[in-house]
Amino acid sequence: MDAKTPLFPSAFDVKSPAGAEDWRSLYPYYTQFQPSRRAEDDQKFWFCNSQHWPNPLRPFDVIFLDFAIKCLGQYNSRHLMVPPANGIDYRILNGFVYFSPVAVAPENIEARIPQFLDRAGHYFMNWNDLLANWKVKVKGMIDAMNAISFAPLPDVVPVEWVKDGVGLDNTNALFEAYEKLIELSYKTWQYHFEFLNLGYAAYLDFFGFVKSQFPTIPDQAIAKMVQGVDSELFRPDDEIKKLSRLAVELGVDGALMSGTADQALAAVAALPNGDKWLAAWKAAQDPWFNFTSGNGFYSTDKYWIDHLDIPMGYLRDYIPRVKAGERIERPTEKLLAERDRITAEYREMMDEEAQAVFDGKLGLSRTVFPYVEDHNFYIEHWALGVFWRKMRELSRMLSQAGFWPDDDGMFYLNRNEVRDVLWDYAAAWAIGTPNVGSAIWPAEVERRRKLLDALASEAPVPALNNPPEVITEPFTIMLWGITSEAIDRWTGSSDESGGLKGMAAAPGTVEGIARVLRSPDQLAELQKGEILVTPVTAPSWAPVFGKIAAAVTDIGGMMSHAAIVCREYGLPAVTGTGNASSKIKTGQRVRVDGNTGTVTILD
Amino acid sequence: MTKSLYTLDFSEISHADFARVGGKCASLGEMTQAGVAVPPGFAVTTDAYQAMLDHHGLRDEIERHMSAVDPFDLDSVDRAAQAIRIRIRSHHLPAAVEEAIRQSYAEMGDSMPVAVRSSATAEDLPDASFAGQQDTYLWIRGADQVVEKVRDCWASLYTTRAVAYREKNRISHADVLMSVGVQKMVNARAAGVAMTLDPVNGDRTKIVIDASWGLGEMVVSGVVTPDNFTVEKVLEEITARKISDKHVELVGVPESGEALEREVEEARRTIQCLSDAEVVAVARLAKRLEKQNKCPQDVEWAIDADLPDGENLLALQSRPETIWSQKKKDAPKTTYATGVMGIVGTLNAALPVKR
Repeated sequence: MDAKTPLFPSAFDVKSPAGAEDWRSLYPYYTQFQPSRRAEDDQKFWFCNSQHWPNPLRPFDVIFLDFAIKCLGQYNSRHLMVPPANGIDYRILNGFVYFSPVAVAPENIEARIPQFLDRAGHYFMNWNDLLANWKVKVKGMIDAMNAISFAPLPDVVPVEWVKDGVGLDNTNALFEAYEKLIELSYKTWQYHFEFLNLGYAAYLDFFGFVKSQFPTIPDQAIAKMVQGVDSELFRPDDEIKKLSRLAVELGVDGALMSGTADQALAAVAALPNGDKWLAAWKAAQDPWFNFTSGNGFYSTDKYWIDHLDIPMGYLRDYIPRVKAGERIERPTEKLLAERDRITAEYREMMDEEAQAVFDGKLGLSRTVFPYVEDHNFYIEHWALGVFWRKMRELSRMLSQAGFWPDDDGMFYLNRNEVRDVLWDYAAAWAIGTPNVGSAIWPAEVERRRKLLDALASEAPVPALNNPPEVITEPFTIMLWGITSEAIDRWTGSSDESGGLKGMAAAPGTVEGIARVLRSPDQLAELQKGEILVTPVTAPSWAPVFGKIAAAVTDIGGMMSHAAIVCREYGLPAVTGTGNASSKIKTGQRVRVDGNTGTVTILD
Repeated sequence: MTKSLYTLDFSEISHADFARVGGKCASLGEMTQAGVAVPPGFAVTTDAYQAMLDHHGLRDEIERHMSAVDPFDLDSVDRAAQAIRIRIRSHHLPAAVEEAIRQSYAEMGDSMPVAVRSSATAEDLPDASFAGQQDTYLWIRGADQVVEKVRDCWASLYTTRAVAYREKNRISHADVLMSVGVQKMVNARAAGVAMTLDPVNGDRTKIVIDASWGLGEMVVSGVVTPDNFTVEKVLEEITARKISDKHVELVGVPESGEALEREVEEARRTIQCLSDAEVVAVARLAKRLEKQNKCPQDVEWAIDADLPDGENLLALQSRPETIWSQKKKDAPKTTYATGVMGIVGTLNAALPVKR
């Protein structure tokens, strides 16, 4: 152990919140800081990834933590042989997720370079063809998941099966459906990272080059040169805007403005032009309402298509603005012109030789970057949306079989425990007895629910042990905004004048009233012109970005969702402040300076 | 006809006229014609100055005074210079010249307050800023006054310092010509300079602005510590600011026809003298001038208190920046890794994590 005191506590010294002492029983052994590995784990720097996992995980939800991190790692370490970086190690502590990038030993880096050149080179050379094929593969996963269903076991095996001599019963299909759904989501996660690491690597190369030319250039300016304007991630919001305009044109807007989504849709159906609008509404849903208000990693995620009240709420925000003559559509030509202006002006300041290099690196970045944005729609929103819908179907079915009182009880079990439950269900069905789980799980689910509530009552420590001298792992910097400066902020070395420091993620300065949101369920509270302050945002919050004056997040880097969307909407943003959402209170006046990355509380 | 020979409106100055109007007026002419907001005015050409010399036989007289001078005896230089200045000031302007000036001045408006300043031609003192300070007359009003100050500018060619400099460098006095600019007086609420690179490190992605209350002379001469702003050139966003204690300002007093240096009252001293929008507007102006002149610029500007918002930012002067532009040319060539090998290099190197 180091002689000096670590900046952050050891995982083994972090206390659990009151009532959550038993939290370890929720998670698999391999996700935990094990006393037997203490020496190794205490030597590493771990940061809390509250960007992707802002809330304590329900046991079932460990599935996508497992899949995401394993699949991220495999591309670095086994497919592409990224020279300096293996995967990212992970642990769960008090229900929150901690990451630690795994470097390649310096003496082994050199040997990986030829392999990387060959493998990554092939992807860069054939990017568009491979990506077209990727979309086909992912669509195949989605279709296959959609085809899965979970029906209760029948009272008797179909008579045809008996007469055809099938010799099997309905439990096989049930077991297979469960395994199939998990397998499809696992493959989907591998596809998720097939291009992503390369996309970031190419972007980082461009980023590093521009920084070498202009050491003081804001990160956001580099992002602006590369960022697309027609990402599929913006389509759901665009569709809502189109539907708002159409509603006004067809004169059905009034009927949409009140009641539940179902009531409003019924009211529209009764109008002369109603069917026309409803057809457009229906058409937009596939695939664009496969859009979550979270990030797709949680069983609690609410997808628009399952909760039509969410898109209906956004529609109701847009309709009055359309009627007031406002242009709500994104000014894509203007954004493109701005992107070209910025690119040309920086390019002009370089010498000729640098310009040629710049053109090459920019070209590659622009080729690969759409994936970085678009994949999010295909995987997290679309594919994972189908996964969760199917798993909810299963949870409901098992709830009806008596395993737990609430529809979502299954998510308090881990994925292996669910296998036991399916067996219990099948065996009891065959034997003709009540299942055992109905007497066990309701109390256990309740115990776990309480544990999770207790875990959620305390914010996680931002990091563990000692940070390295400099943080160099590229994905850690780009995605999570974990820089040496960020660590300084966490240790509280920068907070004297009521100012909070974060990343200057989108330019501009604005003053306004803060609205602190802890969950997407509170989105409706946002008033026009307020400054959104939140631990983390998700892409599906896009409609609120037309309403707010600026965004401030606790976590996230230049490429975090809030940063991307704010640049797109021309709003100032400061990301990765560490603790803005707990320091700032709703109703306070704050100044957000997206140029310097400062947030000042003015009251 | 004589008007275009002896005076040229800023909007009429063509490239061919540059030698006749001197550097300052040429730059004003260029900016005016490019549509940059510049206080209107006109140049009194070197032809007017030559007509003055010819009309009164002043060349011979200057020659006579100078022939007696011992260039190493400052007293004798001083005596000759003073005598020549007196001779120039004692003569009327040739009628055609005076008429051209009066007419051009009348076209600017009724009793328009103006600044009258010399616009040196190439052979003049290299230390132009020093010379420039000597013969600028602010807040001049009425045609008689303007004519007199034009003549004073001419006479200022024969300050002791200027004469000594030419003697030392063997420049023929008679070959040195002078143009004079007559420009609408800016009633500056705030003014200063803008550089289209960071003078500290030559960073071309920045525009650095110094600004203070009143006329810009206080900033240029270093009498006040100005507010200092750094603007990101491409994003056009303020990235740093330092607000200083600006204790004095130079303001025009129309009644007395002079510029007055006065204390800034307590409440105004430490507040930002430009709004953020104005800072960005100044940066945009500088950026535009850099683009026009195709090299980094050093721009003098002012915000006119009498003009409406949006039209009140005026360019007073734009000169090429010299120090960093020269260094850049001498910098060694760098080589860059490209393609996938470039990516390997990036991944292997510690990333610049500085924000």
